[in-house]
Amino acid sequence: MKTVEDLRRLRKRLQSQTRLRHSGGTQIIVGMGTCGIAAGAREVMAAILDEIAKRQLEDITVRQTGCIGMCEKEVLVDVVRPGEPRITYGKVKPTDVPTIIAEHVVNGRLVDELVVAKIEEPQ
Amino acid sequence: MQYVRSHVLVCGGTGCTSSGSKELQAALKSELAKKGLSKEVAVVETGCHGFCEMGPLVIVYPEGVFYVRVQVSDVPELVDSHLYKGRVVERLLYREPKSHEKVPNYNDIDFYKKQMRVVLANCGHINPEVIEDYIAAGGYEALGKVLTEMTPEEVIDEIKKSGLRGRGGGGFPTGMKWEFTKKAPGDKKYVVCNADEGDPGAFMDRSVLEGDPHRVLEGMAICGYAIGSDEAYIYVRAEYPLAIKRLKTAIAQAEAMGLLGDNIFGSGFSFRIHIKEGAGAFVCGEETALLQSIEGKRGMPRPRPPFPAISGLWGKPTNINNVETYANVPQIIIKGADWYASIGTERSKGTKVFALTGKINNTGLAEVPMGITMREIIFDIGGGIQEGKRFKAVQIGGPSGGCLPETMLDLPIDYDSLVQAGAMMGSGGLVVMDETTCMVDVAKFFLNFTQSESCGKCTPCREGTKRMLEILTRITNGEGQEGDIELLESMARSIKAASLCGLGQTAPNPVLSTIRYFRNEYEAHIRDKRCPAGVCVKLAVFRITELCKGCGLCKKICPAGAISGELKSRHMVDPAKCIRCGACIAKCPFKAIVKE
Repeated sequence: MKTVEDLRRLRKRLQSQTRLRHSGGTQIIVGMGTCGIAAGAREVMAAILDEIAKRQLEDITVRQTGCIGMCEKEVLVDVVRPGEPRITYGKVKPTDVPTIIAEHVVNGRLVDELVVAKIEEPQ
Repeated sequence: MQYVRSHVLVCGGTGCTSSGSKELQAALKSELAKKGLSKEVAVVETGCHGFCEMGPLVIVYPEGVFYVRVQVSDVPELVDSHLYKGRVVERLLYREPKSHEKVPNYNDIDFYKKQMRVVLANCGHINPEVIEDYIAAGGYEALGKVLTEMTPEEVIDEIKKSGLRGRGGGGFPTGMKWEFTKKAPGDKKYVVCNADEGDPGAFMDRSVLEGDPHRVLEGMAICGYAIGSDEAYIYVRAEYPLAIKRLKTAIAQAEAMGLLGDNIFGSGFSFRIHIKEGAGAFVCGEETALLQSIEGKRGMPRPRPPFPAISGLWGKPTNINNVETYANVPQIIIKGADWYASIGTERSKGTKVFALTGKINNTGLAEVPMGITMREIIFDIGGGIQEGKRFKAVQIGGPSGGCLPETMLDLPIDYDSLVQAGAMMGSGGLVVMDETTCMVDVAKFFLNFTQSESCGKCTPCREGTKRMLEILTRITNGEGQEGDIELLESMARSIKAASLCGLGQTAPNPVLSTIRYFRNEYEAHIRDKRCPAGVCVKLAVFRITELCKGCGLCKKICPAGAISGELKSRHMVDPAKCIRCGACIAKCPFKAIVKE
């Protein structure tokens, strides 16, 4: 490292690795109830992680949640962009993941054909 | 590159390591591998979170769920339930001792709520063995700033303006110390970090060195630039092996990256840091003795002046600060002196790290703004006294400090208020005592410590502390005489006035402060031959109460044959034969035997 600018460039690169220890950014939430897992939630989760890595997306946290009762619509995936309503996608297959990430997570456009619910969360 | 969705932070401080965190990490890694989660969940070893009572501690991100006392046997459930399915394992959450409510999130726990973490900001949140974690958290930015944007004079001005005072005990203004060393004539100057933490019950500096070693290195390098030094020593005791290991790792990483060594950031400033391991003599925490020890001589203090700023290591101008002082420096440079000076009281700025030990619920480390009251530290952060007992006193400042009673709990804590109250800030050890503690015994304990650690160079300390200890021993043995208290006071004054170094000058403080606040306990020992707390064994009287059913178990267990009585009738203790071992109390099924 020769200059302060080198240090700052390195920091910027490193911060993306520790960022998930601070809240903020877009959340992707996968339903990991027994019903979700049976319907293939692990495979969807793996596809999400792959897609994030492929696109080198930053400021994203991937979380899990339990069964919310809509078992026949599993695998359920929620996307929450900061300040926007929580959108639930149903019957998500690993092949749908690139579309959801490209359209909704990155560009903020809902993937209408997969949406099953929209929840306005109290701010 | 694989995207890691979850970080599992496992505390690797000394406290948690001894409660099994190394085994826990290994178990987590193998369980994650078994579930096929190794690539998406990272296990990160961190430094101390300060909540040592509850270790081993585990925090799971992104949720920030805080698990306490996690055992290897809990790992399969933790991985399957939380990391695989996203369900919080409720039974491993922390419960507030007051409300008994479970608290899933780190920042909502009472222990952390009242804290203000400046020095400990990274401790427990970064991996101390990975320099990249420190850099990601803003590390070495302050060093970059001073080297490229500030003159040494501006750095010293900034530190002076911040109001930072030495965190090792005396509280001397840090900026002034730096200025003296800078202005001292000489080409070669040294920076020394005093990491010879030796107060009983103190572990603040160890936790900083183990949890965030780069912060200390960065503070030292900034000091080196300010005073015109290119070489530094960290004097750390050999019984801190983990701290030494992490310091060595940190120095090697910083040198490999060009953040220490020659021509840092192309500024022409070069700085090298060496580690000197001390053998653990308490007196080597005194700065002149410490310098002697680095030079390879016997650690003994010498008269000052000349102060180390003029003539220190190998006769060269030397700046000595302790670990916590240096650890404050990078934040002052980044956030500015005004920010720092806005925290704390009129004459004591910033935060202070305290080590909470003794009869307190939450043993651990707490960093609080100056000016907070002892009550807030002990009852809000510390969670109060164990087993619901009554608070009696708190020993602050280690063997050099004093014991403060309940009436002083609402005193705002800063350097000056503590000295006025007969104690001192010291390095920040807080030993909390409850109603079952005998204050004469406590004074004897601390004096025994300083007496054994006295280096023997000057007579008042060597002879004086020994004679005072003899008097205290006599008093606790029931052989106290009228006039002992006054004799202790007069000797204490002489020792304070005539000793060569800080060890002797402060050694009588625990005696003086316990006499000041608990004189009646001394009088009870001397006049009534009674220990009100029932601690001093030679003064204890064992009595069998009417709860006795006459079972005879005590008679059987008594090694001195001091108990007599017929079966099914109340037994008696013969005080002449009783050796006060307490075996009868432990044996009695009816709690009929009392020690008074």
